[in-house]
Amino acid sequence: MALTQADVARIAHLARIEITAQEASRTLAQLNDIFALIERMQALDTAGIEPMAHPLGGAQRVREDAVTEPDVREAALRNAPASQEGLFLVPRVIE
Amino acid sequence: MSALHHASLGQLSRLLARREVSAEALARLYLDRMAAHGDLNAFLDVRPEVTLAQARAADARIAAGEAGPLTGLPIAHKDIFVTRDFASTAGSRMLAGYMSPFDATVVERLAAAGMVTLGKLNCDEFAMGSSNENSAYGNVLNPWDRQAVPGGSSGGSSAAVAARIAPVATATDTGGSIREPAAFTGVTGVKPTYGRPSRWGMIAFASSLDTAGLITLSAEDAALVLGAMTGFDPRDSTSVQRPPEDYTRELHTPVKGLRVGVPKEFFGTGLQPDVEAAVRAALAQFVALGATLVELSLPNAELGIPVYYVVAPAECSSNLSRFDGVRYGHRAARYADLADMVKKSRTEGLGAEPKRRILVGTYVLSHGYYDAYYLKAQRVRRLIAEDFARAFEHCDLIAGPVTTSVAFDFGDKAADPTAMYLSDLYTIPGSLAGIPSMSIPCGFGAKGRPVGLQLMANHFHEARMLGAAHQYQLATDWHTRVPAGF
Amino acid sequence: MQWELVIGLETHAQLSTVSKIFSGAATAFGASPNTQASVVDLALPGVLPVLNRGAVERAIRFGLAVGATINRRSIFARKNYFYPDLPKGYQISQYEIPVVQGGGLSIRTDAGEKLVRLTRAHLEEDAGKSLHEDFAGMSGIDLNRAGTPLLEIVSEPDLRSAAEAVAYARTLHALVRWIGICDGNMQEGSFRCDANVSVRPLGSTTLGTRCEIKNLNSFRFLEQAICFEAARQIELIEDGGAVIQETRLYDPERDQTRAMRSKEDAQDYRYFPDPDLLPLEIADDWIETVRAALPELPEAMRERFKTEHGLPDQDAAALTASRELADYFTALVAELPGEAKLAANWLMGEVSARLNRADIGIEAAPVPAPALAGLLRRVKDGTLSGKMAKEVFEAMWAGEGEADHIIAARGLQQISDSGELERIIDAVLAANGKSVEEFRAGKDKAFNALVGQAMKATRGKANPAQVNEILKRKLAD
Repeated sequence: MALTQADVARIAHLARIEITAQEASRTLAQLNDIFALIERMQALDTAGIEPMAHPLGGAQRVREDAVTEPDVREAALRNAPASQEGLFLVPRVIE
Repeated sequence: MSALHHASLGQLSRLLARREVSAEALARLYLDRMAAHGDLNAFLDVRPEVTLAQARAADARIAAGEAGPLTGLPIAHKDIFVTRDFASTAGSRMLAGYMSPFDATVVERLAAAGMVTLGKLNCDEFAMGSSNENSAYGNVLNPWDRQAVPGGSSGGSSAAVAARIAPVATATDTGGSIREPAAFTGVTGVKPTYGRPSRWGMIAFASSLDTAGLITLSAEDAALVLGAMTGFDPRDSTSVQRPPEDYTRELHTPVKGLRVGVPKEFFGTGLQPDVEAAVRAALAQFVALGATLVELSLPNAELGIPVYYVVAPAECSSNLSRFDGVRYGHRAARYADLADMVKKSRTEGLGAEPKRRILVGTYVLSHGYYDAYYLKAQRVRRLIAEDFARAFEHCDLIAGPVTTSVAFDFGDKAADPTAMYLSDLYTIPGSLAGIPSMSIPCGFGAKGRPVGLQLMANHFHEARMLGAAHQYQLATDWHTRVPAGF
Repeated sequence: MQWELVIGLETHAQLSTVSKIFSGAATAFGASPNTQASVVDLALPGVLPVLNRGAVERAIRFGLAVGATINRRSIFARKNYFYPDLPKGYQISQYEIPVVQGGGLSIRTDAGEKLVRLTRAHLEEDAGKSLHEDFAGMSGIDLNRAGTPLLEIVSEPDLRSAAEAVAYARTLHALVRWIGICDGNMQEGSFRCDANVSVRPLGSTTLGTRCEIKNLNSFRFLEQAICFEAARQIELIEDGGAVIQETRLYDPERDQTRAMRSKEDAQDYRYFPDPDLLPLEIADDWIETVRAALPELPEAMRERFKTEHGLPDQDAAALTASRELADYFTALVAELPGEAKLAANWLMGEVSARLNRADIGIEAAPVPAPALAGLLRRVKDGTLSGKMAKEVFEAMWAGEGEADHIIAARGLQQISDSGELERIIDAVLAANGKSVEEFRAGKDKAFNALVGQAMKATRGKANPAQVNEILKRKLAD
């Protein structure tokens, strides 16, 4: 199967990445090359094989319910593109 | 003093302990070498005042008799690890000047052992790449040949160690990002078992694969540092709860009787003859040392690349969503509204390769494709891991090439992502299985460029792997070769 | 045409842990912006989540309380979408395999009792807040709430009216507080509902197209939003239009719902298992430990109040509406053996009215159960009339001390000396000759007037039963 320009536009929007008209055909070609590589795995029969999400398996560890984290606001806001009164500022949010 | 930068970590440690050299003098030596070889572009952030302060603190510890074996030894960190005292950019424009309020666990542990940070090392953006050409801050040059790539993504780490401008460097490996650059620059690169080193403070690329490791001049040096670097970390849910271990414990175990598996899939048509010749010679050396070779098959290993290019992009597409220009990182100067700000900030801040992988990952996770790609890849991943599990029933280590060819030239593969992806053919399967593996220098190929031998072991068998590598390095001198001018 | 509403609720209950679900930051409400947003909650580069045991434990408690299955293995997944108050660009939630599956909740409305089936309950993290005050045309982002543990409780579309939806939400609200997993504070957003509303012709068995109304944080808004939305959908269909599946917001000021602009995009959340978290495995012994610590549940307690104290069902239901009320009642009857009905009447009557007026819960009442028992003992032994008891109760509420102390201080003993009472009644009869005549002429109402006059003459201190008895006797003479 091959991706279409519409697929690329859809996933680019989902991923919040802009692709200019000039880039579009090159991006599409590259993605289709990559998917040609990926498609090789489709030939293998994997019926009944449990998907492997983690290399080592095991179960989630839980931590005790306790407050252990310090306030890092000052340090965090130093990296912020825009901030005021302890808040990160962004262009107006519309719900 | 001039030969100090060729000394092993063990030798430097003894000199420091006997106070024949101070940590400060050692730090100055490497800072000077770094400045002298600035054209390699290995470092992204250097702050001599920070380094020297750490060195003086190490000297004070040594003077007070509170030093450990690593106290005062200099180390440089790949810019994937966040640090309080140096900017942390992951090689991306997105994070230009970003200052982390905390240190990565790996950095913290090594600092606690008294190691002195020389600075932050260049790398492919978000550790995505095999040539270091994807760094937003320019190419790192290969000290052996400035036309050649230093490998990636840990290209700054490999070049710095190869050029002896850092005696040891941290690095990270997701699909080969420690082993391939180590092979391309003739140094030793170790990727431990997934989950053994903490991922806390490692800027995430693909969470189920990312593994911290080391680039050193020898297996012995790596064994010395690895113990301090790894260990259980309660901040990382995938960190393994096992007691700490001494990775030097098998350095002196003879190779005699060692069963070395040789997978036929690693010697297929893509393998260049110069690399094959060097690797075969290395296998012969193991036989000469008393090891036996076991022919074996990893039938699904060749599907590693398709699996990897589903799993890693899927995870990265999600991991890199936090770079939205809201709380830190690049924010576009001009935008129409909130959605446009996010989109433009990401588009400007992220380079071509991360964007490409984000698009691939977004697609494979999107509605209607998840089962066909993501779940399928995870199933094949299990089959690949099972291949290794079966193989280790018949051998102690697996050996083979790290790469199909020696280091390629800048620009050779930069325009063709899939050609670049194939660079990781032999390293990806071990990453998918989460097993420890390493690259050690084993000769030279075309244009006098280094060749690496890959050793792989079963989960948590790092000590055995390092021991075999050390025995090989006792018998050979490839790892002591120095590129001209360094 | 007759229409039927079909409603399912998704309720977000904020779990009452002290720290966040994946970080060690505090969850306390009202802190200065971003001071409780740890490096994990801010999604700084390099951070990782670690699961809070307390959140899991509360989910198990809920599952056991609603008779659900606790999945021995559940998976945390990433729900990917961009929003400025979602720092990672994904929310950690549970998708394919939630921690709690199935179960049900019994609700009561005027139409009777009904079992509402639950689909599931899963653990997830909350997002931050966007503040829309004007910052030179920009919005402010406060991430203190980001990472707060939530249990999202999803009902089957079993509800058929706004009243049922409210009854379900109230019952659920009482339950999560009862079992101590959520403080239920709706003003602070600790308990909020999303309502999935559709309509269909009465008798139809297929589902209509639904709209989801987000973030309803009061029972009143829940009811109003459903009523408005159902009317909107019905009108739309009756006018020949069709309902579009969408996410809407309720605007209480205008009493209407509107489509959410931020949800206009076709959503594709790209769920996948979070590679930073391993499967959550819950061993049987953990479940049993939680089960052993579970309090008696409201349903069971209601039945026990009926059998143990002989209370009518309605009383038992009212007294088990909240854990605090039930606990108060239990403490009260412990002091007043055999007087459960008296205790219940007081709690549901005078006490409850007084609490409403003060707008506080029973746990904050200034009259504790043993003190109220002291008052009711004086009612029971005839020292106080009902009216006097109310006066004493008011004084107790105002902090004037124990019942007996107030009775003595105010001279409030009922006149129980029958000799004195007979003299007063004789005087009343003498002064109200007209009423006496009317009564004897067959006007029963006149009797009540005489009782009233007698009570007035005693300034309310007479025992009404005794007054009745004496009056009847004297009039029969």
